[in-house]
Amino acid sequence: MRPILSAAGGDAALAFIELGAVVVGLALLARLAGRWGLTAIPFYLLAGLAVGEGGLAPLDVSAEFIGLAGDIGVLLLLLTLGLEYTADELRQGLRTGLVPGLVDAAANFAPGLLAGLVLGWEVEAALLLGGVCWISSSGVIAKLLSDLDRLGNRETPAILNLLVTEDLAMAAYLPVMAALLAGTGAADAVATVAISLAAVAVILAVALRWGQHLSTALAGGSDEALLLSLFGLTLLVGGLAEQLQVSAAIGAFLVGLALSGPVQARAGALVGPLRDLFAATFFLFFSFQIRPATLVDVIAPALLLAAATGATKLATGWFAARRMAVATAGRLRAGTALMARGEFSIVVASLGATAAEGPELRALAAAYVLVTVTGATVLTKHVDLLAARPQREVRP
Amino acid sequence: MPEVTETPLPGVGVRHDFTTSAGERIGVLVHRSGRRELVVYRRDDPDACITALHLNHEDSRVLAELLGATQVGEALAAVQQRLEGVAIDWVRIPAASPVAGSTLGQGEFRTRTGVSVVAVIRGDTTFPAPGPEFAFEPGDVAVAVGTPAGLAQFAQLLGA
Repeated sequence: MRPILSAAGGDAALAFIELGAVVVGLALLARLAGRWGLTAIPFYLLAGLAVGEGGLAPLDVSAEFIGLAGDIGVLLLLLTLGLEYTADELRQGLRTGLVPGLVDAAANFAPGLLAGLVLGWEVEAALLLGGVCWISSSGVIAKLLSDLDRLGNRETPAILNLLVTEDLAMAAYLPVMAALLAGTGAADAVATVAISLAAVAVILAVALRWGQHLSTALAGGSDEALLLSLFGLTLLVGGLAEQLQVSAAIGAFLVGLALSGPVQARAGALVGPLRDLFAATFFLFFSFQIRPATLVDVIAPALLLAAATGATKLATGWFAARRMAVATAGRLRAGTALMARGEFSIVVASLGATAAEGPELRALAAAYVLVTVTGATVLTKHVDLLAARPQREVRP
Repeated sequence: MPEVTETPLPGVGVRHDFTTSAGERIGVLVHRSGRRELVVYRRDDPDACITALHLNHEDSRVLAELLGATQVGEALAAVQQRLEGVAIDWVRIPAASPVAGSTLGQGEFRTRTGVSVVAVIRGDTTFPAPGPEFAFEPGDVAVAVGTPAGLAQFAQLLGA
């Protein structure tokens, strides 16, 4: 760690003080978010703006160091997402969620893509913006549903199945985008896309088929050993996937998917705190690189895009809930909850760092996530209040 | 018995719900962690529910016991009543048994003792409700139901 820190020009003491101050700041924000019943992601993004270039209190710490920690944060985010689901749930979710999933993709990817093209961006950047708008935030939505005691509701399976299909769709989308961004010519791009998709299919099949063996192999030993093997395995598979241009994040997701049974639960509990630490760094670093001036330019497009894709998500949720014979109030609850975009939108936007419109995409995604997370939280709580009061109290 | 519907909740757990005889829809949501939520569906909006209780593992066990306690007692009493005067016995057939090799029909056990052979256990396999053509082998264990006196006679016939 020392060489990286010293490479920043300052000594380690200064780096520790700066980092410590920032992390304590993040902790305060996380507490504040908890008190308001919000997810901390928007707060981390705002904090990143404040300490970034041209912000209130720019940091001296090596961007390389924070960047690496942020990349690990993405891997751990995806690992824990993979740990959320069992192979059976994926199959089941895909079976019942395929049609709504396709509607979801068409209705929410298209507005982002169009917006990118209207803004005069390259096709790759516009495709990334489509992805930013497409994927709802499993993290934010799971927290909302749990906080609002909606997990037992009848529209909830519709929401969760949509989230499963989106997460699986990401397993194909991220590598395709990574290949497109790396490819030089059209023929080259087709080849890399084909290779990366084949690699994903193979890893997915292996993970679902032989994941049991991995779970058994990891089951023995202490918590310490399990944490280290998981962390190491995630970095290894992620790194290998990146080498094949499949995107490291997907490698990590598949490692999470491969685990099942008691190990899955233990791993989730062990990796959770580590994920929180590194993911906070990721969100911080993401907006750390945004110039406030760029952010001001994208506020209007972000609001427009949030309004348009808010409407399309509402329609998607409505459609998915109606398929489960849920009535109007439930359809509104599903639609408004799904409006929240979060970690995946940021992950997608960070892929575009090398694209010509990288800075604009980054700023737009940050503003868009800020607007949709707060908008969805407020709206979906409001829908609850609008719904008729219960006819009688249930006494504990 | 009301029909219980099971709904998987990917990433969360599983939900079971049913309509009570009073017409209320209630459900139990089991989280992966083992935490449970008891939910009651609203009459004005049957898609939405109110979480009545958040239960941890221990709480659920106690609640289940309280809900089931009286029923278990009633069921036990009923079983005992029905079996008043009837006994059940396991009788092993010795190697030198007079009935080894002969069939249930040939033994005429029910006519002679009033005892019914409801099953025969041979090694690891069980033959439930053996017919009159079933032949005993040494080492078999006959599961027999009858009066205590009849069962004693039955054991004698088998040479046990």
